[in-house]
Amino acid sequence: MNPIRKKRLTLIGLMVAGIGVATWLALNAFDENLMFFFSPSEVVEGKAPEAHPFRIGGLVQSDSVKRKPDGLTTAFSVTDNAEAVTVEYTGILPDLFREGQGIVAMGQLNQNGIFIASEVLAKHDENYMPPEVAESLKTAHDEAVANPQPQASVQ
Amino acid sequence: MIIRFFHQMGSPRYFYNVAGKLVPWFMVSFLITLVFGLYYGLFVAPPDYQQGESYRIMYIHVPSAWMSMFIYVVMAVSGLISLVWRIKMTEIVVISSATVGASFTFLALATGSLWGKPMWGTWWVWDARLTSELILLFLYLGIIALHSAIEDKRVAARAVSILALVGVVNIPIIHYSVEWWNTLHQPASVTKFDKPSMDMSMLIPLLTMAISFKLYYGAVVLMRARAEIVERERNSRWVQEMVEQEAK
Repeated sequence: MNPIRKKRLTLIGLMVAGIGVATWLALNAFDENLMFFFSPSEVVEGKAPEAHPFRIGGLVQSDSVKRKPDGLTTAFSVTDNAEAVTVEYTGILPDLFREGQGIVAMGQLNQNGIFIASEVLAKHDENYMPPEVAESLKTAHDEAVANPQPQASVQ
Repeated sequence: MIIRFFHQMGSPRYFYNVAGKLVPWFMVSFLITLVFGLYYGLFVAPPDYQQGESYRIMYIHVPSAWMSMFIYVVMAVSGLISLVWRIKMTEIVVISSATVGASFTFLALATGSLWGKPMWGTWWVWDARLTSELILLFLYLGIIALHSAIEDKRVAARAVSILALVGVVNIPIIHYSVEWWNTLHQPASVTKFDKPSMDMSMLIPLLTMAISFKLYYGAVVLMRARAEIVERERNSRWVQEMVEQEAK
């Protein structure tokens, strides 16, 4: 390679590396702000802001969804399988909302530690399968739970 | 022999002729894979266990999003070669890719938004994945604008190549955004090393669509490059002779 091209290549390499490092530093500095939501554990630990609205994300706990008498308000627990936070929301829930589903809610904690949500979004996971496959997976899972094999690890 | 092939492809006249022969092949194979992919994706593949039929928009969304990043990487690599070796043909590849890349980025954002409303409950959120993909669209638009703002094509190509290389830092950010931060967007279903978390019956049409979109890009970039060659070389003898031949 002739020296001029070598010099150009080095300069471009340095430029791209420099921008890479600068971006990495900037993203690191903004790390907290780039998080779209807080987990229930972080909320319980008090890492979430108290004075202004934030988002909480996790799974809707099984058997926690309760409708209030007004017909529009729903109360449910959001969990990350370690801690749970009670959420209250008045309005229409998205199609994918159900127990065990991942959700992200926007809102604020009240004095009783209940999260009053102004918006609830469903978080879809990366799994795609036909209903029959989901059904057979569930059956297999239930059977494994019902009759645990010795030394078999059951999720 | 391979080195000789690349050397010859560096000549605009040679590239023009070879590209002219390749375009119909790309077009035909694009149409075949498109029909196959769309038919299997929209009619044959089973509905999803959670999303029902609305997941089918991914047959456009996912390949578009892949293309938006793939084309940008092609532009950045061509830009690097243009800057270091000053090869005319790679300069032409950089600018010929910009509009089709921008279109795929727009398509990924628009189809994602249409899916997001019924599934997530919102058209748009400012999470890391969606925001970094939007920045990619702005990078494409910036490259197109910069290219048309500079009269001298060689100077314009150099400026555009630098911008393409500056923006390439965004590509790993888009790809890893769903792992580095909490996002509303789901993580990748198809990765190189793990078993895909998608059923085979849904995966095959998706990969067919991905191949189809790549072939479409191939056809478009060759056609645009040919047009760009004729425009740049309009004063050269071979172009004028060709035009005279056509006129007869």
